[in-house]
Amino acid sequence: MTDLELELKSVEYRKKILTAIKKAQAGHTGGSLSCVDILNVLYNRILRVSPETFTSPVRDRYIQSKGHSVEALYVLLADKGFIPESNLETLCRYHSDLVGHPTRKVPGIEQNTGALGHGLSVSVGIALAGKIDKRAYRVFTLLGDGELAEGSNWEACLAAAHFGLDNLTAIVDRNGLQITGLTDDVCRTDPLEDKFSAFGWTVKTVDGHNIRQLSETLRKVPFEIGKPNLLIANTTKGKGISFMEGDRSWHHGFPNDSQYERAIKELDDAYSLLTAGEGRD
Amino acid sequence: MSEKIGKSNLDVFSETVIEMAGKDSDILVITSDSRGSGKLWPFAHRFPDRIIEVGIAEQNLVGIAAGLASTGKKVFAVSPASFLTARALEQIKNDVAYSDHPVTLVGISAGVSYGPLGSTHHSLHDFAALRAINNLDIVVPGDNYETREAVRAAADWDTPLYLRFGKRPAPHLGGDDDFQIGKARILKPGEDGKFIAIGETVVRALEATRILEESNLDCGVISVHSLKPLDIETLEKEARNSRALVTVEEHSVCGGLGEACAAFLSQAGVATPFKIVAIPDEYTVTGSQQEIFDHYGISAQGLAGTMLDLLEH
Ligand SMILES: Cc1ncc(C[n+]2csc(CCOP(=O)(O)OP(=O)(O)O)c2C)c(N)n1
Ligand SMILES: [Mg+2]
Repeated sequence: MTDLELELKSVEYRKKILTAIKKAQAGHTGGSLSCVDILNVLYNRILRVSPETFTSPVRDRYIQSKGHSVEALYVLLADKGFIPESNLETLCRYHSDLVGHPTRKVPGIEQNTGALGHGLSVSVGIALAGKIDKRAYRVFTLLGDGELAEGSNWEACLAAAHFGLDNLTAIVDRNGLQITGLTDDVCRTDPLEDKFSAFGWTVKTVDGHNIRQLSETLRKVPFEIGKPNLLIANTTKGKGISFMEGDRSWHHGFPNDSQYERAIKELDDAYSLLTAGEGRD
Repeated sequence: MSEKIGKSNLDVFSETVIEMAGKDSDILVITSDSRGSGKLWPFAHRFPDRIIEVGIAEQNLVGIAAGLASTGKKVFAVSPASFLTARALEQIKNDVAYSDHPVTLVGISAGVSYGPLGSTHHSLHDFAALRAINNLDIVVPGDNYETREAVRAAADWDTPLYLRFGKRPAPHLGGDDDFQIGKARILKPGEDGKFIAIGETVVRALEATRILEESNLDCGVISVHSLKPLDIETLEKEARNSRALVTVEEHSVCGGLGEACAAFLSQAGVATPFKIVAIPDEYTVTGSQQEIFDHYGISAQGLAGTMLDLLEH
């Protein structure tokens, strides 16, 4: 698939995310929209996993530590054939397996998450097992920038470097926001590059909405032999919908009818722009 | 007929903390990216210097709260019950309870309030975990009145305390003159069976008694609100003059109100037929709080049925 095809997919994914959240009248809109381009690249270009290979011991693993952005994950899993598209309609419904955070009841999901600050430690465990068993799989995990305030991340960070886990890649969805407001105001984590470097990781920073940059960088892992990889993805919370971008109230806000219509219209316009060969950077 | 719906207990918590803070400059609130869920924006606007934000770091939250309390500050540490009491359990146990710093831990959106967000967000373990910690009182207000009184008492409570709140608008339970931490409230007397309930389940027990009236059964309701210390005197007295007892709680069947009552009553030699209604020890069904309650029989119909079975057994 070309970059353009993936960019078009991102637009479709955003529509599906909003449609599922609208229907459920629940969900984490802002963070799903900020990470969906990352998931797009991971599932369509990087991860060596499919519904057929999901039980293979050598599959690549993806652990979504920022579990609240589960709608983006469900949409990707549906697109990749792990779950039927129609399941997206059951998000958060009575008796549904599609809970508002990832669970292993859903095919394609490796780990139950939703309490922040767990994914990195679990990923260290999986990566460590890969080293012990001399298996070539890689482990990818997605963290929120607000999530990094959890101390467990820094314990895992030490461990990953200590064990030389170059098969582990953590991606930070650095959208600068959390529930209360700016991450800089709530609990500053910058300079993030310096912190992770000091902990013994190799750090790269990209535009987290740029398919080409994300792809080129993620294809390069391991960045250095013997060191864990950190990819800082600079993103915009609520990306793609003008009135959601950078607005903290969309962390777990869900659209009403008119907001939904406006959002879909904006995405349709973005789609047309892309197919017209415009809107490329 | 149903109970008059008031505000959410969390809103009343927030109003009351503001009221108390206006009178006592030692009162501080500390949050972990949780002021919105804790309805504490009004507090933050009124007392911007008295709300401390630590970010998404519940262990740090509780440790810092203990440190602040050790200097004489009256600290309300506010975070979702699930994360506060699971993640920061060791800080609660050692830094607060064992070290005896009178922090008020406030678990918000407790039980299955977060409904379809799933088990990571449910606190069905907190009664069990916290009951086993010495020097920590546990209070679960069932309505706005109990909330207001509990928060007022908490500000000057001189030992560690856990307050637990749901987030839905709460019905008014009635009988607004007898709240005291550690003293159960008899909301409705009853000759036949008695519901011993806590928190947001109390109203469902009241509703169940009305269904039972249709079968000419006169059943009562006790709002326990203080899980610890448990009002064993009232419990024993009420249990002895009932034909059946049903405990009700928004918690796992393991280690909560029901087991606390069962342990006490059986050792006191009370043999009244007894049943625990709680969330069973299984993978919790997906649904809203209401759907989960209904699914597990924590509903007016379900509770009435349970009581009827027990009375007729
Ligand atoms: C342990 C824990 N504490 C608190 C929460 C509640 N919570 C859910 S999302 C969120 C904010 C996350 O911010 P960030 O990590 O920056 O994610 P993003 O901006 O990508 O949505 C919080 C506090 C949680 N899920 N887990
Ligand atoms: Mg963020």
